[in-house]
Amino acid sequence: MDSGLSSLGGGSGGACGGGSSTNESVTTVSKVEVVEQMSTEASSYPGEAELELGLGLSLGTGGGGGGGGLVKPKQPSSAWGEYGRILTAKDFPSVLSNASSTAPRFSNSSAGPVSGTKRAADSAVSQEVGSATAASQVVGWPPIRAYRMNSLVNQAKALAAEDDKADSENDKFKDTLKKKPYTGSNKNNSTVKEKGHLGFVKVNMDGLPIGRKVDLDAHACYETLAQTLEDMFFRHNTTMPPIRSDVEKGQSTNLSKLLDGSSEFVLTYEDKEGDWMLVGDVPWGMFLSTVKRLRIMRTSEANGLAPRFQERSERQRSKPI
Amino acid sequence: MGYSFPEEVLEHVLSFIDSDSDRNSVSLVCKSWHDIERWCRRRLFVGNCYAVSPAIAIRRFPELRSVSLKGKPHFADFNLVPHEWGGYAYPWIAAFAKAYPWLEELRLKRMVVSDEALELIAKKFKNFRVLVMYSCEGFSTDGLATIAANCRNLKELDLSESEVDDVSGNWLSQFPDSYTSLESLNITSLSSEIRFSALERLVGRCPNLKTLKLSHSVPLDLLPNLLQKAPQLVELGSGLHTKEVHPDLYSKLAGAFSGCKGLKRLCGLQDVVPSYLPTLYPICVGLTSLNLSDAPIQCPELIKLVSQCQNLQRLWVLDYIEDTGLNALAESCKDLRELRVFPSDPFGQEPNVSLTEQGLVSVSAGCPKLHSVLYFCRRMSNVALSTIARNRPNLTHFRLCIIERFRPDYITLEPLDVGFGAIVEHCKDLKRLSLSGLLTDRVFEYIGSHGKKLEMLSLAFAGDSDLGLHHVLSGCKSLRKLEIRDCPFGDKALLANAAKLETMRSLWMSACQVSYRACKLLGQKMPRLNVEVIAEQGHPDSSPDEYPVEKLYIYRTVSGPRSDMPSFVWTMDKNSALSSS
Repeated sequence: MDSGLSSLGGGSGGACGGGSSTNESVTTVSKVEVVEQMSTEASSYPGEAELELGLGLSLGTGGGGGGGGLVKPKQPSSAWGEYGRILTAKDFPSVLSNASSTAPRFSNSSAGPVSGTKRAADSAVSQEVGSATAASQVVGWPPIRAYRMNSLVNQAKALAAEDDKADSENDKFKDTLKKKPYTGSNKNNSTVKEKGHLGFVKVNMDGLPIGRKVDLDAHACYETLAQTLEDMFFRHNTTMPPIRSDVEKGQSTNLSKLLDGSSEFVLTYEDKEGDWMLVGDVPWGMFLSTVKRLRIMRTSEANGLAPRFQERSERQRSKPI
Repeated sequence: MGYSFPEEVLEHVLSFIDSDSDRNSVSLVCKSWHDIERWCRRRLFVGNCYAVSPAIAIRRFPELRSVSLKGKPHFADFNLVPHEWGGYAYPWIAAFAKAYPWLEELRLKRMVVSDEALELIAKKFKNFRVLVMYSCEGFSTDGLATIAANCRNLKELDLSESEVDDVSGNWLSQFPDSYTSLESLNITSLSSEIRFSALERLVGRCPNLKTLKLSHSVPLDLLPNLLQKAPQLVELGSGLHTKEVHPDLYSKLAGAFSGCKGLKRLCGLQDVVPSYLPTLYPICVGLTSLNLSDAPIQCPELIKLVSQCQNLQRLWVLDYIEDTGLNALAESCKDLRELRVFPSDPFGQEPNVSLTEQGLVSVSAGCPKLHSVLYFCRRMSNVALSTIARNRPNLTHFRLCIIERFRPDYITLEPLDVGFGAIVEHCKDLKRLSLSGLLTDRVFEYIGSHGKKLEMLSLAFAGDSDLGLHHVLSGCKSLRKLEIRDCPFGDKALLANAAKLETMRSLWMSACQVSYRACKLLGQKMPRLNVEVIAEQGHPDSSPDEYPVEKLYIYRTVSGPRSDMPSFVWTMDKNSALSSS
């Protein structure tokens, strides 16, 4: 455990992008204070392990070392190694911070004993600039009390009810959908069209900070939807200001279809239960009734995304070890 | 030590001293003052119900009339504390029932209160007057019915934000016809339909009713009648929902509001239809507190409303107010002391409204008395934070929540260390601080050096190493409550500052990197701390000692480990052996 701290010396300044030089000058000044503080405090520890907070020495040099990014501490032999490691495959979706040069990833804090928030090992330059985090995946974040969330839900419901005169019909439709197995009929489509507010759903793509909206009502099947999205994101990208040039590069090399798994990206959606699914697994009508929003995810991150009927418990049981 | 005036004189003098800390100082002067003081103390505040036992409290203060108790840690509000963690009110109430038959007031926060506990209150305290249950749970409307039926002198019943098992709305009818002493009623959290006729009669026969806060299910057409029966109201909370707009209803409502000339505080307004908002205009100038955080009012209407509230001191609102609304607020409400802006779409990935850091900067510039801020937004910059700090060095509460985690300064892409540093540096009386955004250990350096009056600090997804925690624990002299989630803080800082923990009320750490071994060590070495390890995945002994614990709650106590822990909570006590795994 002790040696773990020493390797944190490298780059915890957290400077991103071009800020490193400023940071350096600030930290050099404060470094001295830090060291002095550390040496006096170190002696006040009552217990056994030798305090190595004198390591504050190297903690100040965030700007200079490590490429300005946050460096994942080199894990020593202790069990820290396992737990500092960021979970990726089993947890969905991996969380990428918007417009940030760090790409911290962390598990849902309710999923097991490991929940550290060690930053990714990559240096600032090669950080992925992901789409906005799925904040709803983390327990208790943003910190809003339950009664307030209920109030927001009620408001949203009220607004929807006002917009939509056929609300009661839609409730019946939803019940029907739950009770009957899918029969493959197109009956669902026409009823769904009555839900005016379903039409537009947000679509975000990894690597782009600004999302779009697509009108699901304008489509009757997955193919046309995918085509529209491909047009929107891969052919009209000049209208959107990507932050990093590698993102543009990534976009232009990928023009394959989103649905067949052959491209660098894959189309996913979040359903009403908050789960992220691959688009295309369920019948179109069922998709329409449960989709909340879409995300064009990098294929590398989509591993482990549950197809519709995979056991949820299977996912929850997966542990980092 | 002899002195010439009798105890009664000292008692009389002490009766003018209300503040707990002053009373505590008095009791330290000498033994006889200690004794006299304890016999005449009437109010007790217990910030952590497990820090002291009912028996100890009763032994020390035999004549209490008013007790406040707090149970669960603050992070329970965000579902971070498992459901059956604790905080039971019953043992306290049962002990008080024997010791304080003249108890008048109970104020409970984040506690589990059963119907049996309510029944005890109803039947054992003959002069019971005030029951406040803020963010509590565990009781039903049956318990309320017992209170209503038996507490003849009840003045205040406040269930803010409590989870009530709503069996029926009839409990309100249990207040007997002879009951007229109600002054304050807050039942906003009840969802079942209440009998409006019973409510109307109750309101009509209680001439001292000053506060009436109802659940949103009160239909708009009944509100004017209610208001006409209680024109003396000072505080009103009501939904204003209606299916259609009636010109008739509109004028009735307008008239009723105008009749409430003393109305100072308004909240609720869930489902309000914008066209009804002008009924409020006549009372706006008298309002000192406006809570629109449940109201779906959009920016233009908000501006119209708020611009007329020149005497507003407190505003809670959704981010529909946007920067333009906050500019208007800054222009119109020069007496503003407290601002809270909540997100209307907290889980949306894109901003749905145009509310940025600029709104807060405007208010900080325009409202000289602003001292308390809670602000949810989606972007922030160091320069904005520094500006806010320079504008408002009188800030005492500053809670900023940038909705997306790890967001850096949106202009420079740097961490927000310097901005928050400016806040703690300039706002010398800062008592409460919550951080968000991309933050390194440096921000904790600033907080440790400048946050000398800081009493409560909330951290999430911040920092790089133990040094961060060490700065806080070693530097913040006045720190009482520290709550941390998802920060890379481990054993070193905690163990190095173990003594500090006894000077604080509590420390919460979840999803951090404190090892089980460190917890055991702390528990062993610090007998006056309860070191509670929360492990829902299984006994921490079943994992190696170096593994981090899921959740850790450490608090000082004079009554030892508690006896009501659920199966997933373990207290590390002096018998915790250090095992090598």
